[in-house]
Amino acid sequence: MSDLSGLNGKTFDRVTHVDLEPERYELQSPSSYHFDPVELDRREFFRILGGGIVVACVLKDASAFQQSQGQSRGESGGRRGGGFDERLPQEISAWLHIGGDGVVTVYTGKVEVGQNARTALTQAVAEELRVAPRDIRMVMGDTNLTPFDMGTFGSRTTPTMNPQLRRASAAALDVLMGLAADAWKVDRSKLAAADGKITDPASARTVSYGELAKGKQLAEAIPAEDPLTPAARWTVMGESLPKVDGRDFVTGKHRYPSDITLPGMLHGKVLRPLSFGATLASLDTHEAEAVPGVTVVHDGDFVGVAAPSVEIAARALAAIHAEWKPNPVANPVPQPSSRDLFDYLRKNPEQAAGQGGFGGRSDHQAGDMEKGLADASQRLRQTYTIAYIAHAPLEPRAAVARWENGKLTVWTGTQRPFGVRGELMEAFRLSESQVRVEMPDTGSGYGGKHTGESAVEAARLAKAAGKPVKLVWTREEEFTWAYFRPAGVIDVAGGARSDGTITAWEFHNYNSGGSGIGTPYDVANQHIQFHPTKSPLRQGSYRALAATANHFARESFMDELAHAVQMDPLDFRLKNLKDERLKAVFQAAAQKFGWDGSKPPEGHGYGIAGGLEKGGYVATCAEVAVDRASGQVRIVRVVTAFDCGAVVNPDQLRNQIEGANVMGIGGALFEAIEFENGRILNGRFSKYRVPRFSDVPQIEVVLVDRKDQPSAGAGESPIMGLAPAVGNAVFNATGVRLRSLPMAPNGLKT
Amino acid sequence: MPKITELNVNRARYPIDADAETSLLTVLRDQLDLTGSRYGCGEGQCGACTVLIDGLPRRSCITKVGTVADRQITTIEGLEQGGKLHPLQQAFLDAGAMQCAYCTSGMIMSASALLRSNPNPSVPEIVRFMEGNVCRCGTYLRIVAAIQQAAKIMKEGRS
Repeated sequence: MSDLSGLNGKTFDRVTHVDLEPERYELQSPSSYHFDPVELDRREFFRILGGGIVVACVLKDASAFQQSQGQSRGESGGRRGGGFDERLPQEISAWLHIGGDGVVTVYTGKVEVGQNARTALTQAVAEELRVAPRDIRMVMGDTNLTPFDMGTFGSRTTPTMNPQLRRASAAALDVLMGLAADAWKVDRSKLAAADGKITDPASARTVSYGELAKGKQLAEAIPAEDPLTPAARWTVMGESLPKVDGRDFVTGKHRYPSDITLPGMLHGKVLRPLSFGATLASLDTHEAEAVPGVTVVHDGDFVGVAAPSVEIAARALAAIHAEWKPNPVANPVPQPSSRDLFDYLRKNPEQAAGQGGFGGRSDHQAGDMEKGLADASQRLRQTYTIAYIAHAPLEPRAAVARWENGKLTVWTGTQRPFGVRGELMEAFRLSESQVRVEMPDTGSGYGGKHTGESAVEAARLAKAAGKPVKLVWTREEEFTWAYFRPAGVIDVAGGARSDGTITAWEFHNYNSGGSGIGTPYDVANQHIQFHPTKSPLRQGSYRALAATANHFARESFMDELAHAVQMDPLDFRLKNLKDERLKAVFQAAAQKFGWDGSKPPEGHGYGIAGGLEKGGYVATCAEVAVDRASGQVRIVRVVTAFDCGAVVNPDQLRNQIEGANVMGIGGALFEAIEFENGRILNGRFSKYRVPRFSDVPQIEVVLVDRKDQPSAGAGESPIMGLAPAVGNAVFNATGVRLRSLPMAPNGLKT
Repeated sequence: MPKITELNVNRARYPIDADAETSLLTVLRDQLDLTGSRYGCGEGQCGACTVLIDGLPRRSCITKVGTVADRQITTIEGLEQGGKLHPLQQAFLDAGAMQCAYCTSGMIMSASALLRSNPNPSVPEIVRFMEGNVCRCGTYLRIVAAIQQAAKIMKEGRS
């Protein structure tokens, strides 16, 4: 019964206490990389992978590693890396294997949730190893096969994993060149590599990578410092390679976590409390236990069933009689509702550790605010609010768990397979070597799948039933028991001189978070602060985190200040900007949109907004049409200019930018979680409106391809400009300023 | 409760064992291992589970298997013919009309129903017909383009 000691704390307390899951990666210090040595000794490696060549990419302390490992193997051509004889070194970020069949298999802890990491990372390897993408296999997010990775979030795959894989690939090519040079007794600098082959132009000899790797058991570990091909000379990166396994998706063959099936597998369901934080007052499971084939698990406040089919599981669950009592300590009665949310956030500060956009500090001051305000000819003070919204990934949380000989394997959809492994280890008191988490490419996440609830639940049921168990959350469960994008209240005050110079900037964010809280504008006197508060709902990461809320407040206020000093909103921004890259995207978006010199048609309005975050520079122009009679707000046209450095895959980047804008429409105009007395009131698609075909405007994307800049991630930041651009456009159309996200859940009342 | 013992899926007849009240989606996924039809909401609101029943698009999550026992059911797995992709499948690939692609099966099935009834749909007609299919990644514009492209290819194929 008490076997699940970790579960209570993990699964249910979390929703009752304030638990700043949000921006968790900003809070997290760099992880100590640690491996299970059993899995990674050299012999084991080749047993799993077959013979060939393995190159592992060492993140740091590479020199110490070399010394401890001795000289590199002569046959590898005298690289500065080391061969490894027994255990792989610590601090490894990725590795790749070249088999005797010429297939290159790449191992990375990053995962694919629709952002197209699988394709972009394939391009990275193809570029540096000079091998066709079709000969590359990516093994992603398998805790037994891939190196530790903190998780796929924060737009980190492109800036970190991409160069690491490229370095490993460059090193592997170096090894192959060395092998060919040795075999042919020629100077390696005379050799050329392309399409998985090495050629000696002088003698017209050619050898494939597979032939070079065949029969070898050669392992190299390299420090991550190989020079990389500059963007100007890319041939595979920089091109619009289509999704590498696209065919599996259009044929329905791909197996998402919820599609995994095992022999003898049962289906699980979990009994949910009537409200957040409620605990069991009484429980009667006799009727459920009497259903043939059903296993009922009651462990603390966890109650679940496993049955041969989903129907029988549902029937058994319905036959359980439970009474729940609210927990007044953890959850005051009545719990705050969505109606009194913003008042609650203001009045319930939380003394959390510093968190925010200023090197971990949550409070940033420069200059003298009083002087700044005194210098201004126009002063404003406004409040903006942001509702809780749900990620609503189309595939809800799902897991299949199997126990075999005391070892647990779970297939689940998560952005943090190693984090979920940790949750399972904690819940079941297992060691790393006893838990394997595999992450099949998943039906999206948007920051909403950092946790492993369904994995823990499926594992608990499987343990009791003695058979594998699949657990797929219902849509209502996903809406209710996952976590939300944090709600927030943002107070902004500021002033500007009549020439448009901003003299003072004060910005206070309550609860929604510190991402993107700083201002990119050049303001001498500023005070910017993040105020952690208690949260009535469980909250966590969401695409771009609080940068969406902070950009909404900042860029709306910028528009208000521009109008106060009677300047064009674009001119006002440019006047106060020094950042050339941000200026450039503003100008690029404005030019494509026709900002200068065109007037919106009657009933329409134009708006502009932008900012930078996570290495991405974004500016968005929007045109809206407001029907005065019906109050309907329609976004007619959006132009987004985006600069994330050297573009890795232009078409997929456009896809992300288009998608971010579409997703942003929901949070901007109509998405909001309604709740009362610890219950979600609109936790289904028939009650919670998400963007659909008819909501989508014309979207134009301008890519500012900076080949001189490192590539940054792009899955998140493009969402930031949409809401404020739309709000500013609504003001332009109607003179009505909307300061709450969502801005027009029931149309615009004017 | 009446039992359903056979189902016509993708031009083949399969033995099944299901209560008539069971959802078609559950039978397809859990009994026939046709997992290309996805669960997204269970209330017919997202379209991820869309299949064709006698050529018409239906949300299999709210379709009781007892109501379709003698009908012809087509799922995403039945669209490819002789190793050749349906023009819609090819068009979705060519347009890059997906990200996580969890909605893709349902999108393609709905679109195939649209093109059966309206071989040359306008953009507003596509939008109206597809409104019940949700793509959370927001690839709608590409999906519209893919449907138009497939319509064009199919028209050329007929002429």
